[in-house]
Amino acid sequence: MTVARFWRKIPNRYNLIGTHCTTCGKHYFPPRTMCPTCRRDGKMEAHKFQGKGEVVTYTVIHTAAKGYEMQAPYNLAIIKLDEGPSLTGQVVCGQEEMEIGMRVRSVFRKLGEESEKGMIYYGTKFVPE
Amino acid sequence: MRDVAIIGIGCTKFGELWDRSFRDLFVEAGVSAIEDSGIQGEEIDSLYVGNMSGGRFVEQEHIGSLIADYAGLASTLNVPATRVEAACASGGLALRQAILSVASGYDNVVVAAGAEKMTDVGMDTATDALAAAADREWEGIMGATFPGLYAMIAKLHMHKYGTTSEQLAAASVKNHHNGTMNPIAQFRNEITIDTVLNSNMVADPLHMFDCSPISDGASAVVVVAADIAKKYTDTPVYVKATTQASATISLHDRADITTLDASVVAGQRAYKMAGMTPDDIDMVEVHDCFTIAEICAIEDLGFFKKGDGGRATEAGETAIGGRIPVNTSGGLKACGHPVGATGIKQAVEITEQLRGTAGKRQIDGAQVGMTHNVGGSGGTAVVHIFSRNR
Ligand SMILES: [Zn+2]
Repeated sequence: MTVARFWRKIPNRYNLIGTHCTTCGKHYFPPRTMCPTCRRDGKMEAHKFQGKGEVVTYTVIHTAAKGYEMQAPYNLAIIKLDEGPSLTGQVVCGQEEMEIGMRVRSVFRKLGEESEKGMIYYGTKFVPE
Repeated sequence: MRDVAIIGIGCTKFGELWDRSFRDLFVEAGVSAIEDSGIQGEEIDSLYVGNMSGGRFVEQEHIGSLIADYAGLASTLNVPATRVEAACASGGLALRQAILSVASGYDNVVVAAGAEKMTDVGMDTATDALAAAADREWEGIMGATFPGLYAMIAKLHMHKYGTTSEQLAAASVKNHHNGTMNPIAQFRNEITIDTVLNSNMVADPLHMFDCSPISDGASAVVVVAADIAKKYTDTPVYVKATTQASATISLHDRADITTLDASVVAGQRAYKMAGMTPDDIDMVEVHDCFTIAEICAIEDLGFFKKGDGGRATEAGETAIGGRIPVNTSGGLKACGHPVGATGIKQAVEITEQLRGTAGKRQIDGAQVGMTHNVGGSGGTAVVHIFSRNR
């Protein structure tokens, strides 16, 4: 990703800031400008998530994504936040600790890097609660 | 809307075709489909091309013009050519656009083609290009790979329904077996459950042999108004349904991770459009980009109850001769998966089956077939139903 494209969403990535529709009450992460339920009738506001939730499903990635080779193998999970929405994120712990239904909380970590540009991406990962 | 029929099919061999260029491939597929149909170039009203990522794989955009040009349809005939993109569902979507343009009455004779040349770049570039089918900003950036997303579907499917790695492997073994009988298939060798389980782990629980390969290839079909089909062939294959559905691009936004909502909805729309049920389908080509994708597909399309796909596959119910043969072509796993070409190749296989020309893969008495083409982790699904009878 380009620097600008990544930086644009830094507050959201660093602090788990998503959106909340005040019309229907639903929370969204990643952030959305339009509520899929209310569409044009929805009024969206920024919402900071607590960063706690549970693992819906997971995998251990052995063949890494580009820029993530140094981290392999790594745990990737879909995490359902307590406020409702689910997101994709890494869980930093031993492979054998991973379990569907386990409680996790968010932490600030390096995500990945692009060797040619020297870019390092930071953002949210998760650890067992 | 008018009825539409397929009257010509063509396909290159699928595989790592080092000596063939992108344009060589689609010209070969297009010419063989046109020859098979008996039409003349002058009769072609328009051309639709499925291609996922010419920009990443061969650093070429403007694929429509390129294909029309090198197929001899541009310089004097000026045939309109439109590239269609929906990640791995690009081919199916190109076919759907071709059918719609004939059904609408706007065109009478249309070529739908699909092409992808994936092996001109390194494996890491190819993998990264494919990862663009997921949400780059909220899946890719977290370290998600394509196998990783489907691995998370598999993990939950196992957890909820007791599906096993052996059951997943059975889909791969069956597709390799079917591939041995398909002259265009990338892999024409038998494998065993152990071949799959002993191959490298890519993303737990998916092994390398649970994953479809990186491939080169092209395929094409000629579709015409059903009323004129018999002018060209004694065995037209009629389009009974063409449907498409969208779902969230990110896997994490789905209500049930083990269900591809787009497949369910596209399937239901197709049955309704054709006035049919899953029991009417004699064989189906599903989008097995990973073994778990085949298991989900046969459930989502209504052939098996959610959760039963693994057991049914292990029991041979989806083999040739089984209750509902799945991926007689060898599927994406064994026939190969040049992404833009796959959706068209599925229609080529069903046409062969309905014509009765599928050789050793032939399903006896095949009357009705289905194709199912998926983009990404399920953000797009395209379903077609074809029949020997109008
Ligand atoms: Zn709302």
